[in-house]
Amino acid sequence: MITKRIIPCLDVRDGRVVKGVNFRGLNDVASPVELAEYYSANGADELVFYDITASAEGRALFTDILRETARRVFIPLTVGGGINTVEDFDRVLKCGADKVSVNSGAIRNPALVGEAAKRYGDQCVVLSADAKRVDGAFRVFAKGGRENTGMEAIEWIKRCVGEGAGEVVLNSIDTDGVKRGFDLEMLQAVCDAVSVPVIASGGAGRIEDFIELFRTLPKVDAGLAASIFHFGEVRIRDLKEAMAKSGIPARL
Amino acid sequence: MIAIIDYGVGNLFSLQSSFAAIGQEAAVTADPAALRAADKLLLPGVGAFRDAREKLRAGGLDELVREEAGRGKPLLGICLGMQLLFEKSYEYGEYEGLGLLRGAVRPIADVIPAGYKIPHIGWNALHLTKPCPLFGRIREGDFVYFVHSYYAADCNDSLAATTEYGAPLTAAVAKGNVYGCQFHPEKSGGVGLNILRAFCEDV
Repeated sequence: MITKRIIPCLDVRDGRVVKGVNFRGLNDVASPVELAEYYSANGADELVFYDITASAEGRALFTDILRETARRVFIPLTVGGGINTVEDFDRVLKCGADKVSVNSGAIRNPALVGEAAKRYGDQCVVLSADAKRVDGAFRVFAKGGRENTGMEAIEWIKRCVGEGAGEVVLNSIDTDGVKRGFDLEMLQAVCDAVSVPVIASGGAGRIEDFIELFRTLPKVDAGLAASIFHFGEVRIRDLKEAMAKSGIPARL
Repeated sequence: MIAIIDYGVGNLFSLQSSFAAIGQEAAVTADPAALRAADKLLLPGVGAFRDAREKLRAGGLDELVREEAGRGKPLLGICLGMQLLFEKSYEYGEYEGLGLLRGAVRPIADVIPAGYKIPHIGWNALHLTKPCPLFGRIREGDFVYFVHSYYAADCNDSLAATTEYGAPLTAAVAKGNVYGCQFHPEKSGGVGLNILRAFCEDV
């Protein structure tokens, strides 16, 4: 039985995890490599590194960190942030990334998904979409959720999957940061539209939110979150045990 | 020493790092002399079967792999590298494999029920179907990481482990000195490292 994946996401700027972390016994760890090792040892099924660096120095630092992580952590690693060209794919894959997530880069250049899928395979290309309700419709937002592209979100996701995106991360801007559960309605619409794995993002505040997600939407394959893991509000081990108790397949 | 065969498909950084993590030296090389001198060979692979088959042939490495395996040198194929060990693949056509193992590579869509997603991506449990030195350090039901849309069929004489995805899919094969894993041991955490350690020390 394939298990539902739990994926912590690390935002990295200038070589540090943004906002830091605050575990019991692991205060203020800001090294992405150490945090990745911690998560890998404590039940994470996969990791996402998101590069939110603006400078060239920061970018070089990010690839160093990636290489060091791939040297020490042996679970799948997805990298996103600043991926605009096939050369960007190449840069992070060479440093040990297994999958590459595209967001604004695909909006600016919709051919990117297809080009990357042809060169590296569908399994390597993850479409990350930030979506929000506007006048009753789901719209795609670019630039970290700041800019409404006007595109209908489900159509956009279907189009990218058609071009070769092998997985979809749906981040609902409406529920992101609210910590009152995932956006089940929006996720349902995505699951109905595509047949590739769907990763839910935005809104998890507690263990029960993940249980509700996988129970209500059995077609969702994974749950992604950041701060609730970093600040120890949800421990992945506890989450996995709760999933198993609820009959949701989990890797313990 | 282990030699990871570098024939231009995929990135071998993680694989090489995983051997370093278990204290084993592994060279990434396409040099025939180095491959012949190695104690054990590792055949990696991602992407499409035809492409990988052609690249292996272009370097003359297909013959080398067949010869070395024929002389009894332990060989482990991973993911597409495992699929290349078989006689044939039906991925976008019909192509000859290395023929070291009996069987053919077919789409998982042929055997799994409707509603299951393709590719089969994620952590799934191993069901061990016969004793195999690769599995001496892991347990029945341990989880490993899969990413694939094709599987090895008609390979009963080498089948060593399956995984359940609406139907039992070939997860690992072993016959004589030839081994293969459909999953990625280098991405399967401690379980995966134990499988690689077994290949280094117990095979």
